[in-house]
Amino acid sequence: MQDFTAAFAHAVTLVASGDRELLQIVLLSLRVSLSAVALACLIGMPLGAALAVLRFPGRRALALVLNASMGLPPVVVGLLLYMAFSRAGPLSALGLLYTPTAMIVAQTVLVTPIVAALSRSAIAGLMDEFDETLRALRASRGQRIATLLWEARPALLTAALAGMGRAFAEVGAVMIVGGNIDHVTRVMTTAIALETSRGELALALALGLVLVCLSLALNAAALGLRPRAYGVAYAR
Amino acid sequence: MIRPLLALALLAAPAAVPAEAERLLIQSTTSTQNSGLYDEILPAFEAATGLDAQVVAVGTGQALKNAQNCDGDVLLTHARTAEEAFVAAGYGTERRDVMYNDFVLVGPAADPAGIAGADSAAAALAAIARARAPFASRGDDSGTHKAERALWRAASLEPADGSGRWYLETGSGMGATLNLAAARGAYALTDRATWLSFANRDGMAVLFEGDPALFNQYGLIPVSPDHCPGTNLAGAEALRDWLLSEEGRAAIASVTRDGTQLFFPNEAPN
Amino acid sequence: MPADRRVLPFRHTPAAPARPVAMVRALTLRRGGRALLDGLELTLFTGGITALLGPNGAGKSLLLRALAGLIPPDGGAIDLAPHTGAPALVFQKPVLLHRTVRANLAHALRLARVPRAARAGRLAELLVQARLSAQAQAQARALSGGEQQRLAIARALAARPRLLLLDEPTAHLDPASTAAVEALVRAAAHAGVKVLIVTHDRAQAARLADDVAFLAAGRITEHRPADDFFQRPESDEARAYLEGRLLL
Repeated sequence: MQDFTAAFAHAVTLVASGDRELLQIVLLSLRVSLSAVALACLIGMPLGAALAVLRFPGRRALALVLNASMGLPPVVVGLLLYMAFSRAGPLSALGLLYTPTAMIVAQTVLVTPIVAALSRSAIAGLMDEFDETLRALRASRGQRIATLLWEARPALLTAALAGMGRAFAEVGAVMIVGGNIDHVTRVMTTAIALETSRGELALALALGLVLVCLSLALNAAALGLRPRAYGVAYAR
Repeated sequence: MIRPLLALALLAAPAAVPAEAERLLIQSTTSTQNSGLYDEILPAFEAATGLDAQVVAVGTGQALKNAQNCDGDVLLTHARTAEEAFVAAGYGTERRDVMYNDFVLVGPAADPAGIAGADSAAAALAAIARARAPFASRGDDSGTHKAERALWRAASLEPADGSGRWYLETGSGMGATLNLAAARGAYALTDRATWLSFANRDGMAVLFEGDPALFNQYGLIPVSPDHCPGTNLAGAEALRDWLLSEEGRAAIASVTRDGTQLFFPNEAPN
Repeated sequence: MPADRRVLPFRHTPAAPARPVAMVRALTLRRGGRALLDGLELTLFTGGITALLGPNGAGKSLLLRALAGLIPPDGGAIDLAPHTGAPALVFQKPVLLHRTVRANLAHALRLARVPRAARAGRLAELLVQARLSAQAQAQARALSGGEQQRLAIARALAARPRLLLLDEPTAHLDPASTAAVEALVRAAAHAGVKVLIVTHDRAQAARLADDVAFLAAGRITEHRPADDFFQRPESDEARAYLEGRLLL
């Protein structure tokens, strides 16, 4: 119990003192995870839309693979990328191992299936509603996809937030490809893992609290972006 | 929808740290990092050499493997036999003793297996096995795990027979293993530095120490440029020379917890 | 345009006041192994409103979708006159974008490839036609049912179609909303748009239609001026339908 009290006190002190180390770790966490989510959205949303709208052989198999990939174990992704980026690996020339870029790549791999699968299911639902109407209005295939993407924006926002949750909570992959190097690749989750292994449970929990607050703030900010049109329509 | 996210990502981007200084990547055992050694001595090393020392702390087994993959410039580990094999295989230039401390057997202060009065570390482990008292093992091929297995061999015991019942292999770092030992009232073998820096002792105490078999030697190996052409050999040698210098040895010796010195620098050869 | 919807080389005959807009020839449409439309013949002429009547499940909606080019025929052909262009189709339940009234119309004008410079004027025109100018900035999905249907019709008119297909546009509307939709439909017909409307409301058919096409058993059993049809139905099916006895 005193650990919890100590953790809250720690968290408040850390934030209030504007601890430079903490700030650096928070900024790196934001940079890595938000970049990964942005990339995952750029790849996953059009991919999900294409899977929902286009008819091609292997479409169902691809959707199945995508759904299954939502549960990719971060440690496995981290290990595969470590083997790829290692100087003994095929992508060693990129020099990415133990850099924030490698961490962004790892989280993008983890988040893209989530964004794509959720986008696909949201847009597939809208397809049923809108497709005949849009075809009756002579919309081209590209115009139909664009319109559906725009109509799906609350669901796409949810998909992005789900991806962001995964990225912020993830520790296994960034630990392996980032190396948890102080001032270079140490993020919130790897710092928490380190403090836990030092037996500094209160400090670890304090960092955890900061992470949760950060995640709450980002979610609140994202919900602020939610278009007004939907508030009205869904209230009816 | 995408635009605000991109904007956020761009906002966060300037956090990139421009790496001006030349990087020296240290593949290290966890005890040296968890004990806070690097936090205390590396700033002085960086000031002295202008190098940017970056530490990846993993178990000794994984550190050796990473270095073999050329994902590090220098090794700082504590498993002499495996280290000598690493050099013999041509992955490292040469191994040098840099500092030492000792392992200790920790456990619940009540000492249910009665190891405190044992004659040797092997006898202490035999007492634990006899009592079937819970023992938390690293189980991760780290330096500490290798040392622990050597002690079981010395006691002519095979603890794996009790695996899952009283012999608990965590497969994790020293800290995670100590956390488990504290929660389960188990015994564990740990290096003294990690133990002294470990905050969650929760009713645990050092119960057996002082057997020469518990000696814990840390060695440094620069990764061989013949095996890894891009390696920073000069930086690795600079670290070795600094750790063995008067200044480096004084820095190592100055790191204490609760008034106890964590690591003892080796004598510099000549 | 698929081969089965080819453009006919209609001869322009200035003497005839009404030219064919669309010709449906021997149209067959199968659903679930059953031929719902079976060798259907129908010719629509320019001008006026044609009501398409028939019992539930006769395939009226199917015929409209085929005319709009949304589903390919399983047999026969649909020939559109060269001056007809693409028909517009409005569904029973309007599916509007989660955007403002104005944005819905702007979207339709973009899809209709109306030049950017002409869009603002055309948009204002459509708002006036649908009597939605006051609601231009309202969220489309927050409109009343009747307003939503008027917006859906205005959106369909964005492309200046020559043939407007309406699938029970007032099925769920109260009398006042129905009257407003009917006024919009009449105005469109008055402006020269050929209207084909599916309805189950005989009074509505009598109010709006110049002629009636009656669909039963997969074919148009008769296609006559509305007054004739209601007073002297020729086919047994039409008589049974008007007397409320016809079930499929």
